[in-house]
Order: sequence, then structure tokens, then C-alpha cells
Amino acid sequence: MIDERFDAIVIGAGMAGNAAAYTMASRGLKVLQLERGEYAGSKNVQGAIMYASMLEKIIPDFREDAPLERHIIEQRFWMMDDRSHTGMQYRSDDFNEDKPNRYTIVRAQFDKWFSRKCREVGVTVLTETTVTDLLVDSSGKVLGVKTDRKGGAIQADVVVLAEGVNGLLGTRAGLREPPKPENVALAVKEMHFLPAETIESRFNLKGDEGCVVEAAGTITKGMTGLAFLYTNKESISVGIGCLISDFAETRESPYTLLETFKSHPSIAPLLAGSEVKEYAAHMIPEGGFKAIPQLYGDGWVVVGDAAQLNNAIHREGSNLAMTSGRLAGEAIHRLKAGRQPMTKDNLKLYKELLDDSFVMKDMKKYKDMPALLHTNSANFFMSYPQLISQAAQNFLRVDGTPKIDMEKTTMRAFIAKRSRLGLISDAVKLAFAWR
Amino acid sequence: MTVATETRVEDKLYQNRYLVDAGRPHIRVLPHDKPSPALLSLTRVCPAKCYEENDKGQVEITPDGCMECGTCRVLCEASGEIEWNYPRGGYGVLFKFG
Repeated sequence: MIDERFDAIVIGAGMAGNAAAYTMASRGLKVLQLERGEYAGSKNVQGAIMYASMLEKIIPDFREDAPLERHIIEQRFWMMDDRSHTGMQYRSDDFNEDKPNRYTIVRAQFDKWFSRKCREVGVTVLTETTVTDLLVDSSGKVLGVKTDRKGGAIQADVVVLAEGVNGLLGTRAGLREPPKPENVALAVKEMHFLPAETIESRFNLKGDEGCVVEAAGTITKGMTGLAFLYTNKESISVGIGCLISDFAETRESPYTLLETFKSHPSIAPLLAGSEVKEYAAHMIPEGGFKAIPQLYGDGWVVVGDAAQLNNAIHREGSNLAMTSGRLAGEAIHRLKAGRQPMTKDNLKLYKELLDDSFVMKDMKKYKDMPALLHTNSANFFMSYPQLISQAAQNFLRVDGTPKIDMEKTTMRAFIAKRSRLGLISDAVKLAFAWR
Repeated sequence: MTVATETRVEDKLYQNRYLVDAGRPHIRVLPHDKPSPALLSLTRVCPAKCYEENDKGQVEITPDGCMECGTCRVLCEASGEIEWNYPRGGYGVLFKFG
């Protein structure tokens, strides 16, 4: 099918793959990108929040034609029990700036745009093409790929694996381990359509302003997880995700969890009257720094979700994907420009660029967080949300009970649930993992 | 906060677009006498409810509504109970919004 030889083959047209392909082709490299979906984006799922500065480094004027939904001016963090939420809310007119920092996006549309940009700088994009194998020689060097199209072997100097969290190729070729159930979450989400004016009045927004709600608590039934609600222009993305190891142990069904979240008294009024147009499921890498695999080798690099690059605490994935894709592209371009071969020793440059960037610095900062939240999930996701809700009610209800007794009731409830030592130990552990 | 205990996932999947590769399922459950706890958990945990227990207590799969998330692969590929491949190019779920 393809006799040409490419400088690089990129597998996958998500955030990481598009960033890598664009970066290389815009610097003059001959790039082939393979995508198994009908179009770029048709297999991709995200909340989704897109961070502007990471995209600006790739396409500085993206705001001119990228399909952006709303710029986010308000963030709500909610700790929920079954009937209440305790919230931390931040809204600022400072977020109404010329070049806003965060936008909601709809991935299928956004990825189509990004892919068009890639083609404009010369990337050859082949969709509806599943890569079935990596071509590997006896020394372990990756030489190219085989696809499910006729005569499907294609060669290149380097293969960029941007195959996503469930990437089969790198794991089957033994370049990295498949993800472990405790290191990946399963998230389900729905797209709820409502008129723009309804969304704006429910969330107190005007124009393209957007609001984000992220919630944890009893809604995940003691599992380590998070629920979210993001406002798009004429739709709301609502979803919930938990660690797969927790799902397997509790045998909770993800769609029932989603229904329960949607019917929560704090959420239901926000979605009332909406029309659901899609139900999606996707995995999210949650293993953090300690789950990051080998990132480069002879003739290959791995980027984005496939490399487990996701900051679960700050709920950032696509910006790490874009940045790792860009840095892989820059490293490959530099080697190519210096006429250096794509060996493991040389491709280490990608890892060095990544180590110098926010990506690895952030991943390292929270290296102990996944284990802490996982081993203490019943406390952090069940007990504390319930205790905090009780404490708030004790503080707010006025029924003639002296305040001192109310405070004692609150303290006693915390101690009964976690013990004095348990409370101190939770606080210390959390502080150390956050540090 | 109570919800009708059984949410009908079929109603949710009905919203989605698929191009089913008839006769070429991309996931297979291998023959077994008794499913492992992980395989059995898929009857509840699979977000598209593709897995079901038959009357002999074995787990079967109909991947037509599969959203290709990979949860079953993460839980059961290592033990050899299932085989997981991507659908051929262009087939499978086609997200409109994603």
C-alpha cells in the first residue's frame, strides 16, 4: 500500500498524537499519522477541559478557529454526602480576559479541528486504519508498523506511540506493562443538551462564560473517584469515574453510579429537562509518577495517556498529553536535524525535555497521592464527607442547643469515626503526600 | 438518595453510533467451567453491560454495544480469560461528542 518511507509514524490522533504530528511536520519532517476511528476524535473521550497555554505552545493563534465551548470563570469543588454538598467555590472576573486560561471543549469536534491543522502543515493522516503490530527487528529496534489495510507494512525512522490509555501495541511488544486495575479509573459520562440561555441562567453565566463542578464523596460509595459537571455552549458534560480495582471489588455498576449522581438533590435541578445525546466510557490513567513506564527505546517513544501521564489530583490529562507529544516531536526533530539516528541513547533527549518541563515536576510532586487515596478510600470518600456535612448542620441549625454542646457533638462524631490518632495521622499523611 | 436499582443501560447505548463488524467480535471470552471473580465482576462493571452470566454459570460476551474502554482487558486479559483486540479500522463505537 505505502512504499514511501517516513521520518516518523504517529499512532493515534488524540491530543498527544496530534501535538507530536503537528510539531514534527511543521518543522519539515515527513510524518504519517494512523487513526483507527472514522475521523480523528471518533474514539476519543474526555470531560473535557483544555488548558490554553499548552496548546499555545503548539498553535499560538488557536483561538481564531478552534472549536472552543466556554472559558471557565467559576470552579466549584463539592464534597458530597447523600443529601448535601459542602463546597469551595471560586469565581473571578479576572478569568474574563483576552486570552482565557481554560476552556471546555467537545473532543470529537476539537480533535477534528486539530487533525485538520495537522494536515495543513503536511501530516499524511490515514483514518479507519488500525495498527495491528509493530515491526521489530531481532535486536528489538522498532522499524515501523503493520496495519489492517492491504499490504500494510510501513517503515519509518521512529514510531511515536500515542495510542491512548488502553494502547495494545506497546504492551504487546513488551515495551511497557499493561495498566494495572489499581492504576486506572473507569469513567462514564453523558452529554446533556439544554438551550444556552438555560445553562447561563442556571449557572449565573453570560456569553461564553463557563462553570465547572467537581465532586467527591459518598457518590462513589467508598470507592476512590470523582464526579464532574462541565458547562459547554449548549450542553452539559456530566460524568463519574472510580478506580477499576474498586469497581471489581465492590461490583458497583458505573451507569447506576452515574444515575445516582445525576439524581442527587444538588445536581438534578442543574440538568432538569435536558436531552441526552450520548453515553460514553473511557479509562483514565491514575497511577501517577510511580506508574510511568519506560518512555523511549530504539526507534520509538511513548506519549500521553499511553505513558500514564495524567495528574489525577489536578485532573489534568490532555495538557500533559499535548506537552509530551510536543516534546517528543521537538526531540525527534532535533535528532533529525543533527542527522543522528533514532537510537535509545539519542531518544533519551525526549525524556530529558520532559523531566525539565512541568509534566514530570508535577507528576513527581504528587507521587504518593494515588496510594494514599486508594488505601484510605473509605475514609476520604465516605466518612469525611458525612462528618463534614454533620458538622455544617451542627453549625447552621439553631434549635436552642448551646453552641458548646454542638461543637462537642461535632468533635465526638469525628473522633468516634476516625479516633484522635486516626485524624492526626490522616492529616499528616495528606500533608506529606501534597507537599 | 435512592434510584431505581436497575438502570437500563440499553436506553443509554441507544443514543450512541456504532458500526458493528458483524461476525468479527473484537473481544472473546475463552471457554471456561467457572469464571474467576474478576470475570464475573464484568457482568456488573462493564459500562455497556456486554457481559452476562448464562444459565450454566459461565460468562458470555456480546460486544455490539462496547465503547472500547478496555476495563475488561485490564481486569481479565492477564489471566487469559479474555482476548481483546481493537475493531478493524472504522468499525466499533463512533463518538459524536466524545
